Amino acid sequence: MSLVQVEDLSVRYGAKTVLSRVSLRVDQGEIVTIVGPNGSGKTSLLRAIIGAVKPSQGRIVTGTGVKVGYVPQKLHIDETLPITVSRFLKLPNGVSAADIDQALTQAGVPDLSKVQLSQLSGGQFQRVLLARALIGKPDLLLLDEATQGLDQRGSASFYQQIEQVRQDTGCAILMISHELHVVMSASDRVICLNGHVCCEGTPAVVASAPEYRALFGTGTGGALALYRHDHDHDQGHDHGDHTCAHDPAHDRNDTEAAE
Amino acid sequence: MLDDFMVRAALAGIGVAIAAAPLGCFVVWRRMAYFGDATAHAAILGVALSLAFSMSIFIGTVIVALLMALTVSVLSGRGYAMDTLLGVLAHSALAFGLVAVSFISGVRIDLMAYLFGDILAVSRGDLAVIWGGAALVVVLIGWRWSALLTSTLNEDLAYASGINPNREQLALTLALAITVAVAIKVVGVLLIAAMLIIPAAAARPLSRTPEGMAIAAGVIGILSTIVGLRAALIFDTPAGPSIVCVAATTFLASSIIKGLRAAA
Repeated sequence: MSLVQVEDLSVRYGAKTVLSRVSLRVDQGEIVTIVGPNGSGKTSLLRAIIGAVKPSQGRIVTGTGVKVGYVPQKLHIDETLPITVSRFLKLPNGVSAADIDQALTQAGVPDLSKVQLSQLSGGQFQRVLLARALIGKPDLLLLDEATQGLDQRGSASFYQQIEQVRQDTGCAILMISHELHVVMSASDRVICLNGHVCCEGTPAVVASAPEYRALFGTGTGGALALYRHDHDHDQGHDHGDHTCAHDPAHDRNDTEAAE
Repeated sequence: MLDDFMVRAALAGIGVAIAAAPLGCFVVWRRMAYFGDATAHAAILGVALSLAFSMSIFIGTVIVALLMALTVSVLSGRGYAMDTLLGVLAHSALAFGLVAVSFISGVRIDLMAYLFGDILAVSRGDLAVIWGGAALVVVLIGWRWSALLTSTLNEDLAYASGINPNREQLALTLALAITVAVAIKVVGVLLIAAMLIIPAAAARPLSRTPEGMAIAAGVIGILSTIVGLRAALIFDTPAGPSIVCVAATTFLASSIIKGLRAAA
């Protein structure tokens, strides 16, 4: 059963089309990662799924009774707003103290409930946001570059936490990530986005796809390539046929080479 | 009891302080201080129009303040920097309002009363309007409290919880327009923003939760009203500004407390 199904979605801000005819689905228990250069519409896609932007075309179908948890990009809390972690987690509808403790424990920060939000470190804040998303016991967790601003160790441990959450709760995860090495090792499926879906499949398949290489380069393949390349590639090309067509094991060498 | 003008003045001031406290917190949290100022300045235009069309000043100012707030919201998405836009609109509205008032012949208007308030001349009718408006604001903000707070923290988190931040913003704008309309009589258009911001800012260092900050702001606003009126009587100073001076002093005191705490 798919938890969420995006069908032929286009999103436009004024005259600018940021997403055109994107279709994807996330099934139970999967980890799906969206990669793509800056401005490729990744965040708009997640915002469309939570209902923050209206599609100009297409639709998003969320399975009946499917609960979605959302972890935004790093968020700024104004210093003038006094609020403790537990009060923050109770918004907007109020939850029990036991649920708060459980969510904080799952997110790996069991002792923070009385601390002011403005006093948290970057890593602690991301975990509190994760806890907030977990409180509703979601079937699907959406993460928008959740490790932005964390150092390498911080982000590695954050992703371990995510993996742990999936094992504990069985929820599916749809995340945006810039960290390709993480993506390649942790995801079941990768979707490469650049205004449209360039290519999609298991990490190994995507890593060897020419569209992906055009965006992220070969050889180094890591996060650096993301900033070094020019991302204007032709949107008109035809690329339907390689999607998920390969056996992942067959392409393992390619993946390693790409890293 | 209501026969005593000082009692009526105190009750009027307390009514405004109660409405301004929770609203003022949101104005501070959302960095809308100048927005509040612009809405308040526009109210003088509302006064002029109310007199010209002989309708209630409360209704006239609510309408103009609301129009002002909506204009700012619409234009702010169109490529103007917010502070420039507010600077243009706030002072234009004030200037147009003053000019419009000068056109109204036949009625002798005490302009000073609208600019700086005339709290000592509050009638029983005014008191009813002030408390009615204040109650409306408190109910509106209390009703939307959690949703407003969520939207203030992060709009996307609000959407993910099924809250539309634009609708919440509208509720806040409406509350602001009503507060401006009821506060004119008490502190005047030039000092309304002070009643919104200063008690909330003074409450910040003393609070650990958003609700605590709203209550502390209310207490500070009420105390400032009572002490300010008393001081105005003793020193024969203008009442509205005296109230704001006392509020400013509490802000100073709470800032010092904050500084001492940080140093400790």
